[in-house]
Amino acid sequence: MLRFLLTKVSLLIPTFFGVTLLTFAMIRLIPGDPIELLVGERGIDPARHARLRAELGLDRPILEQYGIYIADVLQGDLGKSIVTRRPVLDEFLTLFPATIELSLCAILFALVIGLPVGILAGVRRGTVWDHSVMGVSLTGYSMPIFWWGLLLILLFSVNLQWTPVSGRISLVYFFEPVTGFMLIDSLLSGQPGAFKSTARHLILPALVLGTIPLAVIARMTRSAMLEVLGEDYIRTARAKGLPPLRVIGLHALRNALIPVVTVIGLQVGVLLGGAILTETIFSWPGIGKWLIDSIGRRDYPSLQGGILLVAMVVMTVNLIVDLLYGLINPRIRRAR
Amino acid sequence: MSRNGIIALVVAVIVVGGGYWIWTERAEQVAPVAVATKTLVYCSEGSPEGFNPTFYTAGTTFDATRPIFNRLVEFEHGTTKIVPGLAESWEVSDDGLIYTFRLRKGVKFHSNASFTPTRDFNAEDVVWSFERQLKADHPFHKVSGGTYEYFQGMDMPNLLKAVEKVDDYTVRFVLNQPEAPFLANMAMEFAVIMSAEHGQAMLTAGTPEQADLTPVGTGPFQLVDYQKDATIRYKANPDYWAGKAAIDDLVFAITVDPSVRYAKLKAGECHVMPYPNPADIAAMQTDPDLQVLEQEGLNVGYLAFNTEKEPFTKKEVRQALNMAINKDAIIEAVFQGAGKAAKNPIPPTIWSYNDAVTDYPYDPDKAMKMLADAGYPSGFETDIWAMPVQRPYNPNAQRMAELIQADWEKVGVKATIVSFEWGEYLKRSKDGEHQTVLLGWTGDNGDPDNFLYVLLGCAAANDGTNRARWCYQPFDDLLVQAKRTADMAQRTALYEQAQVIFKEEAPWVTIAHSVVFVPMRKEVVGYKVDPFGYHIFYGVDLTSESAPGS
Repeated sequence: MLRFLLTKVSLLIPTFFGVTLLTFAMIRLIPGDPIELLVGERGIDPARHARLRAELGLDRPILEQYGIYIADVLQGDLGKSIVTRRPVLDEFLTLFPATIELSLCAILFALVIGLPVGILAGVRRGTVWDHSVMGVSLTGYSMPIFWWGLLLILLFSVNLQWTPVSGRISLVYFFEPVTGFMLIDSLLSGQPGAFKSTARHLILPALVLGTIPLAVIARMTRSAMLEVLGEDYIRTARAKGLPPLRVIGLHALRNALIPVVTVIGLQVGVLLGGAILTETIFSWPGIGKWLIDSIGRRDYPSLQGGILLVAMVVMTVNLIVDLLYGLINPRIRRAR
Repeated sequence: MSRNGIIALVVAVIVVGGGYWIWTERAEQVAPVAVATKTLVYCSEGSPEGFNPTFYTAGTTFDATRPIFNRLVEFEHGTTKIVPGLAESWEVSDDGLIYTFRLRKGVKFHSNASFTPTRDFNAEDVVWSFERQLKADHPFHKVSGGTYEYFQGMDMPNLLKAVEKVDDYTVRFVLNQPEAPFLANMAMEFAVIMSAEHGQAMLTAGTPEQADLTPVGTGPFQLVDYQKDATIRYKANPDYWAGKAAIDDLVFAITVDPSVRYAKLKAGECHVMPYPNPADIAAMQTDPDLQVLEQEGLNVGYLAFNTEKEPFTKKEVRQALNMAINKDAIIEAVFQGAGKAAKNPIPPTIWSYNDAVTDYPYDPDKAMKMLADAGYPSGFETDIWAMPVQRPYNPNAQRMAELIQADWEKVGVKATIVSFEWGEYLKRSKDGEHQTVLLGWTGDNGDPDNFLYVLLGCAAANDGTNRARWCYQPFDDLLVQAKRTADMAQRTALYEQAQVIFKEEAPWVTIAHSVVFVPMRKEVVGYKVDPFGYHIFYGVDLTSESAPGS
């Protein structure tokens, strides 16, 4: 197990350098100069332009810039935003909890609905249940997030007024963030109703962000169940008279879960990508919107730092998923 | 009970409980909440870059810093007229080189968790605020990156010779050359007065950048809290020198998407929103809960002919191409009701706008004849540069270029449409690589000089901001003379004359001034659309009980 862990972790190192090099190079390939964009139509005289570029270190050869950047990153310094002048890590840490909170709720929603309906579709193969689950999940998978989000807002927030339109908590509540996770902070604040308000604000964004993972999980669970249900040991279990729920819940599901867990791990990347759109629609103060703004403003340090940190998170989650296989299925653990 | 039964029961409890919970919450939300304080919620379109306006040039940032600060002089709310601010009065020396400001007494600075002022506003603060931007050896010049973009952009370092304290309540600004628009510059965002005492305290504490992160001003509202990309909270300054604001709390709920801002406005989650989708405006105007205020923006969108290149060196060609364009059709298609045809290079909200000028009529036949007379009977080939971005003065340059292309085709002029990435576009057009270019300008200080001299003067033709690269001495002389004259009536006459020359010489096709719409709920009273495009909440009140924010 330890060797397995070490191999996996050592793979992270080349990936890390790959990500830094790629983002560094790609960002600089986008045409446009941060200073020109900052001054707009007003223009800037060439001498001052050159001075500002020198201050930002943009006048040096690109390899030298990369060397300086990597040296700083290895010391934990991701640089300062060109626009806000605040350390990139600070900005990321302020905004990231919001993204995690939303993503966790979305994946939870996807699991709570996706797993049971996937099982249902698998067990009742070919019935109306199966067809409706598959039809609905295909629709969910094909739904453009932006359109889906606005549709739900118009129905639930504007017409029915069941849920708030956007934001993380009602403006009536005001407290300093402690953890950055509003669900926890609202409980810590001790203000009556704050937690409830936070939960209500989470419903629509989590639903929108969770729609695609839900569809993927449901479809994956169904096909994994179908495969497992055809196995000999299931027939044996049934033959010896075990209750159907026990056959499905214990014998079949546990084996069917392995591909499903892989998919869930991969969905983390999808979630963070989808978060960019979802956060924009629901005015959710997470990293998605921040990254988009940074591209628009050619804020190189924020963009490089942000992408690197997101990549690290995705890598870590996938590492955890790899380790989880072992827990679900001891054969994998022993085989390695 | 069987296991199946237990599971079914748990699911049923969750579903029914959840539904009930949402339902009760809904009832709470719809019922009016009795609140003792008046809170106005503004659904702003983005996060400010920071809270020190001297570093930035973006309107979104200025909206967020405007409640906090004052300037020596201010623009009268809703106009471009200059009125006293922290200076009660001012005098200009006869040679136009010395501006002496007499400061208001008894003005209090805000206090926050880490700072409580021990003295009132005085001349020290004025000198500190300007010297920070002017002098490279000022202890704060380099703090927080120290790029004073607007101060630099308005050429203040070359204009200002010195800022001197005469006594505690008198400050003298000495200029290097006479410059009448200087007073208008003093009402701009970079001219905010910050607390020198706060700066000093933060420097002593070893955290000078806190002076910019926790701003201390004299404005009608003080900053309470900022949560990046989520909310900005202010409370009314009870000691405000012009009287406490009618509302008690001001909240900016940052909402990026215009459709979502509209949904929030309808749902009562905010009172005022900026920048609606043009397509939504008609529906907003008929909504019984909403009102939509509108005003022409302080901007102009234009097509500039590169007058250094053939055939645009000829006035007749430029005039002919002006006549070949169906401006009304363009405005209809591109602005969708949010634009008005422009005939002058300055918008009608600016003083000295010459309404007597008549625009070129749409007359393709005459245009063809003029082209033939000018030596181009079968037209010629040229290019139209179209911006890759949406700007207030031109929401869709590509579409506009296509329409102009089609219009010119009818008089025999074949144009190809060219575009580059925005930064590149600005740079290349500044270098004069284009033949004709679409661009525009948003005014900074409401002074005609800020349009005419910056965009059409001879100095600007050399440095490239004058995209027509048009240097016409009789026109330039008028502008220079107006710059040197402090007398308003005289300046007005000079600028009116300049606009007549401009129209005759036709270095541009003046296309449009955008119309700014500000939708808000009916209970908002006293709101005025700011010609500079800022959103200002001092002087705004709420009628009846209205408690958005669920």
